[in-house]
Amino acid sequence: MSPIIQIESLSKIYDTGFEALKSVSLDVEDGEILALLGPNGAGKTTLISIIVGLVNATGGSVTVDGRDIVDDYRHTRALIGLVPQEITTDAFETVWATITHTRGLFGLAADPAYIEQLLKDLSLWDKKGEKLMTLSGGMKRRVMIAKALSHKPRILFLDEPTAGVDVELRKDMWALVRRLKDSGVTIILTTHYIDEAEEIADRVAVINHGEIIVVEEKAELMRKLGQKTLFLDLQERLTVLPESLSAFNVALSEDGNQLIYTYDTNAERTGITRLLATLNDSGIRFRDLSTTQSSLEDIFVKLVRDEA
Amino acid sequence: MNLYAIKAIYTFEMARTVRTLMQSIVSPVLSTSLYFVVFGAAIGSRIEAIDGVSYAAFLVPGLIMLSVLTQSISNASFGIHFPKFIGTIYEVLSAPVSPFEIVVGYVGAAATKSVILGLIILATATLFVSVEILHPVWMLAFLVLTSVTFSLFGFLIGIWAKNFEQLQIIPLLIITPLVFLGGSFYSIKMLPPVWQTVTYFNPVLYLVSGFRWSFYGNADVNVGLSLLMILLFLALCLYAVSWIFKTGYQIKT
Ligand SMILES: Nc1ncnc2c1ncn2[C@@H]1O[C@H](COP(=O)(O)OP(=O)(O)O)[C@@H](O)[C@H]1O
Ligand SMILES: [Mg+2]
Repeated sequence: MSPIIQIESLSKIYDTGFEALKSVSLDVEDGEILALLGPNGAGKTTLISIIVGLVNATGGSVTVDGRDIVDDYRHTRALIGLVPQEITTDAFETVWATITHTRGLFGLAADPAYIEQLLKDLSLWDKKGEKLMTLSGGMKRRVMIAKALSHKPRILFLDEPTAGVDVELRKDMWALVRRLKDSGVTIILTTHYIDEAEEIADRVAVINHGEIIVVEEKAELMRKLGQKTLFLDLQERLTVLPESLSAFNVALSEDGNQLIYTYDTNAERTGITRLLATLNDSGIRFRDLSTTQSSLEDIFVKLVRDEA
Repeated sequence: MNLYAIKAIYTFEMARTVRTLMQSIVSPVLSTSLYFVVFGAAIGSRIEAIDGVSYAAFLVPGLIMLSVLTQSISNASFGIHFPKFIGTIYEVLSAPVSPFEIVVGYVGAAATKSVILGLIILATATLFVSVEILHPVWMLAFLVLTSVTFSLFGFLIGIWAKNFEQLQIIPLLIITPLVFLGGSFYSIKMLPPVWQTVTYFNPVLYLVSGFRWSFYGNADVNVGLSLLMILLFLALCLYAVSWIFKTGYQIKT
């Protein structure tokens, strides 16, 4: 199947002369959850804003569902729902009115049954008649999500959906995202929280300084770039690292009860067998062992550092 | 054509009007009534009739135009400037809505409000003076055209303005003087020749004159010319709006 969104050499230079995107190319597959991961100022919002029509690109092109976002904006925008990074609401509108309004903008007749379901899914049903200015920040964000879904989009953009959001809403949001994915909606979310991408995404695109550094299946990314750490709990405490282990990338824990061995899962040989054999030869015995996989956080730090 | 979107924008704007009823309808009606009391009744009784029309009656079309012009501009400029200011404009800009539909929604609502306002002021005026309308269809046509044109102009100001001060400045520094000096309160025939000539460069003259003609059948300038001038200004505003949307000036970065 061809990608639902194809971004080709997209660039953006703001009026200030700032180059926010430098020839970004990226495909988004139909039905996937893609996390756009990058630090503040990386260009995430700019990229999304171009696709939905809020910002004009300086160069390059984007197609959505095979259609150009500029020439065929009616078709492409109708497919997209956007939850922007900033919460902006019309203070005097009611929850119900504002969501119906959005649906109208997308060229659809009112559908009270659907809106009712949507509000119930987002725990907003009992607030339907309230003015937006009376809602809490979290509730306003729920309203923004409901607005974005009011026209049943095939593609949903969530720009930093969990920034400043409480645990409950965050949980609800991920549940909703999974449900939407199950119903075939493509979801692109931006975040600078790595654990978030790790938790929810199928694929991760890492963006920094306006460039996509890497795009990978999440599992693949972690496998490829991930390092593992092996912890060996010693039967007897060591005060210094034995000479025989100096050839290995191994360290002694501060209390001397643990050997810590870091290895690259990509490497031809992890060196584990050799390490264990050497330990055996040296008469070092251990009670237990465990390994940990490095998180996206570590991967990300590594990537950004390498790039700098 | 995305009719649902036009309707959404239009009803949203009209709902805002209803919420701000005091500011949008009551205050112009009140100030117009005061004009009638002061200029129509108190001072007007000492001014002789102009072309056979009593001064109080002569004032009616001018006062309606004064309110319609200023309210069209302030209402339409605020209508688009406010969502730009608080950021809710993102919604319209990312929806499958054409620039034309956006303009029809916003400007249509502002113009509707102006027309209603004009008619309310007219009704208020009849409480003070007896008003005859020789050409009611033309009266409505001038009212609608003026409302649309100046709502469009207000829409432009709302997009152009970078802050609320700029939003106020054009109506205050340009429109109000033009209206006061454009024959709203007097016939330019009452002016010395030099000032008559100067006044011909004031576009408001043509609006007021044409509008007054539809009431009493006499005018400072030819009615056809009045109509032409309004249409010309309308065309200018339409051109400016289409340019703005084509370039994204002050709307998109
Ligand atoms: N309207 C603008 N004018 C000038 N620079 C901008 C504008 N919007 C964003 N930028 C700059 O572009 C860069 C990318 O911004 P953004 O896309 O918002 O990043 P992110 O969403 O990844 O935090 C930032 O350095 C930001 O300061
Ligand atoms: Mg951002």
